[in-house]
Amino acid sequence: MELTVNGTVHDMDVEDDMPLLWVLRDELGITGPKYGCGIAQCGACTVHVDGLAVRSCQLRAADVNGNVTTIEGLGTPEALHAVQAEWVEHQVAQCGYCQSGQIMQAASFLELNPEPTDDQIDAAMSGNLCRCGTYPRIRAAVHSAAARLRGA
Amino acid sequence: MSRLRTITRRSFIVGSAAIVGGVAFGTYLYKRDLKNPLLEGLPPGAAAITPYVKIDASGVTLITPRADVGQGAYSIQAHMIAEELDVDLDTVQITPGPPSPVYYNGVVGVEAMPIAATSETLLARTGRGASDVAGKLLGLQLTGGSSTVPDMYDRLRMAGAVARETLLAAAVAQTGLDRDQLKTEAGAVVLPDGMRLAYQDLAAAAAEMDPVTEVTLRDPSEWRHLGKTQMRTDILPKSTGTQTYGIDMAMEGMVYATTRTNPAQGGDIMGFDAGRAEKMRGVQAVLPITGGVAVVADNTWRAFQAVQAVDCDWVPSPYIGDTAAQFEAVAESFTDDRQDSRFRDDGDVSAALSDGEVLQAEYRIPYLAHAPLEPMSVVVKLEKGRVDIWTGTQIPRFMQANVAALTGIDAENVHIHVLMSGGSFGRRLEDDYTLRAVEVAQQMPGTPIKMVWSRDEDFTHDFPRPLAMARARGKVSEGQIAAYDLAIAAPSTAESQMARLNQPVFGPDIAIVAGAWDQPFAIPDYRVTGHRVPAMVPVSSWRSVGASGNGFLHESFMDEMCHAAGVDPLEERLRLCTHAPSRGVLEAVGEMADWGADLAPGQGRGLAFCLSFGVPVAEVVEVSQTDAGLKIDRVFVAAEVGRVMDPVNFEAQLSGAVIWGLGHAMNCELTYRDGVPQQDNYHLYEGLRLYQTPKIEVRGLENGGKLRGIGEPGVPPAAPALANAIFAATGQRIRELPLSKSVDFA
Repeated sequence: MELTVNGTVHDMDVEDDMPLLWVLRDELGITGPKYGCGIAQCGACTVHVDGLAVRSCQLRAADVNGNVTTIEGLGTPEALHAVQAEWVEHQVAQCGYCQSGQIMQAASFLELNPEPTDDQIDAAMSGNLCRCGTYPRIRAAVHSAAARLRGA
Repeated sequence: MSRLRTITRRSFIVGSAAIVGGVAFGTYLYKRDLKNPLLEGLPPGAAAITPYVKIDASGVTLITPRADVGQGAYSIQAHMIAEELDVDLDTVQITPGPPSPVYYNGVVGVEAMPIAATSETLLARTGRGASDVAGKLLGLQLTGGSSTVPDMYDRLRMAGAVARETLLAAAVAQTGLDRDQLKTEAGAVVLPDGMRLAYQDLAAAAAEMDPVTEVTLRDPSEWRHLGKTQMRTDILPKSTGTQTYGIDMAMEGMVYATTRTNPAQGGDIMGFDAGRAEKMRGVQAVLPITGGVAVVADNTWRAFQAVQAVDCDWVPSPYIGDTAAQFEAVAESFTDDRQDSRFRDDGDVSAALSDGEVLQAEYRIPYLAHAPLEPMSVVVKLEKGRVDIWTGTQIPRFMQANVAALTGIDAENVHIHVLMSGGSFGRRLEDDYTLRAVEVAQQMPGTPIKMVWSRDEDFTHDFPRPLAMARARGKVSEGQIAAYDLAIAAPSTAESQMARLNQPVFGPDIAIVAGAWDQPFAIPDYRVTGHRVPAMVPVSSWRSVGASGNGFLHESFMDEMCHAAGVDPLEERLRLCTHAPSRGVLEAVGEMADWGADLAPGQGRGLAFCLSFGVPVAEVVEVSQTDAGLKIDRVFVAAEVGRVMDPVNFEAQLSGAVIWGLGHAMNCELTYRDGVPQQDNYHLYEGLRLYQTPKIEVRGLENGGKLRGIGEPGVPPAAPALANAIFAATGQRIRELPLSKSVDFA
């Protein structure tokens, strides 16, 4: 099967039901998306398919019908996406393991809702678990990223 | 090389003398300086002026030996060195370095001693010194107990200063200028004409010189890093998916493994049938390991699938296997012969409670899993009498010793490469996951094995915080708390955990009563007794250890007594408080929360306090009743740490600790059936999510006392402050965690 990840087309020979997460991590060596729960409870594996956030641990490889973007394709240390820039500015991360997923979720959410309220942020981001408890900064960083994106 | 070794050894004397400070006793072994591990294989022209600073042609490397499990340890250690060394942290390498006795922890041992943080008696001071002696003798390289900042503060600044002054001396020799004409800045010595001599260009000369041993640490008024807002050095990689955790390691020829061990705790495996699994795509081997099987495949997911296809013949758990029976064992331990400690016994509690109206209550708290978001993961390569291990760990030297014992390979040939951990909360004080992966590697020598646990394997093989019960009795008189008798029964964390590290434990286990016996209150008749429950399932240290649950036990009944006495819980604690820094945080949190101000109907405000790890912390939680259930609106936190090293991370650690404490108090328990943990993923063990997260306001007090760490002490007051707030809002007194068994949360 063909898979487009961060703009590169890959010809993959994997089982139809291998989750996208493990195609990315173990077949392509793209490790930004993390394994946390395997059952769409933590959101650490969140990537975009055609710009929409999906849990890559629950998406079968055969069912990927769009372009996949991982955090590596969202922005780089040299060229940060607005959401990443605010994650740095607010120093959100502690252990950082969930943050790839948090950032991908936030980026997708802000595409759909450029001016979110606190309640809308809570609803959109509550599927992403953070064991360190960085939630107050996630809330603040999403607001700042929304402003930055509107200004851009 | 021998010349360099001499210099470096002498340099370290400066560092160790500074830490030892006023300790007036010691032994030959203790005073002996320890080998600098950076000298091994150091190329010509490179310098390892102290065990914490290495300079070679490629630049400056700072060694930050305390593990980073998300608390920002690497960053604060690097900033401490940089404060004296004058390097730009964007341009240096930061690495935890190899396991070495020189990186011993001189502070954490205090937590195992019955010394109240408030005590300044000769015995207390001697005991604290003994922790440093013991830590050094044992080469106790351990991250935990909120000890990184207090333990490393002098050592790392001294290392930075010695390195700086030695480089300056090299520059003096090279230029003929006076020391006073030179300054240091951003990794270079700067000459009066502005010319810069990079540290790496001075390294070879510095390595040949006598080190400068007379250094003066900078006055805090000159600081440019410490006490200021810092950018954590790991924020950029962690915001871009470029941070490498143990689970992300990759190397040539690496295969992917996972394990399935008996979910019944401590149960063995009689045998297994790998017939189906071996035929599955990508499977290379199905191998026996302690307590179960491992599958080696060409992809983690294929290994996950195949390991479930192995038919295993499990042996039942040897432990009490059901939660109701486990609590019965706890309840049966409130006996004289199970008494473990009575470190507080003020006045005459028995007499005080022998007549009149006695308040009584019983509390219980559950087992809790660590469940860091990165599941246990490690890469192991074993070949020709050498083992290499890449993983996150808080105990590199214990792991090294255990791997050596398991394999028969000398410890010096066991190389632990410590990586960033995706959380830990104490889980990586255990090395079981590494030992299982080493067992796989022994059966496939020469092949790098990446072992990743599935989430359910991780949940069902955690070493949880033990369950506990408390029986509390008290008396109030004339609007005051007059007597408080608290008995706590719990299995011993130290007994279980230290056995796995091959460390002896003596005497009572402080964890059974930590955060309860050592509170700074002058109640006339006041007693705290610990009872040791016979060992059941293996248990271990969990963020804030014994105090994590004892805060709830001690502070809930304090609140009950205040209400029974008809006295304000804050005023009564202030009246009873004997410790100025503790009084300070109570007053601060009262002011922050506008304690005493009217609340809307259906709202309630709860206060709790706990002194743990030397840090007094007071928290106020505000809740309101809504149609959807109880909602936590706001939390106020005040803590005294002597001096705040980085206000941004200080706030992150304290608010994270509050969220950790609240989330587990509300939603989490680990229960057992036939020895099998019943919660095997996050849908059954939620912690807090964003929608339940309140606004949290944090204040750090800096009264210049002893420097303290802040990763843990924010946890213990969170649960009781919430339970006390629920009582204030609803009149319902909840004496069992998790609270969600008794109330609904919005």
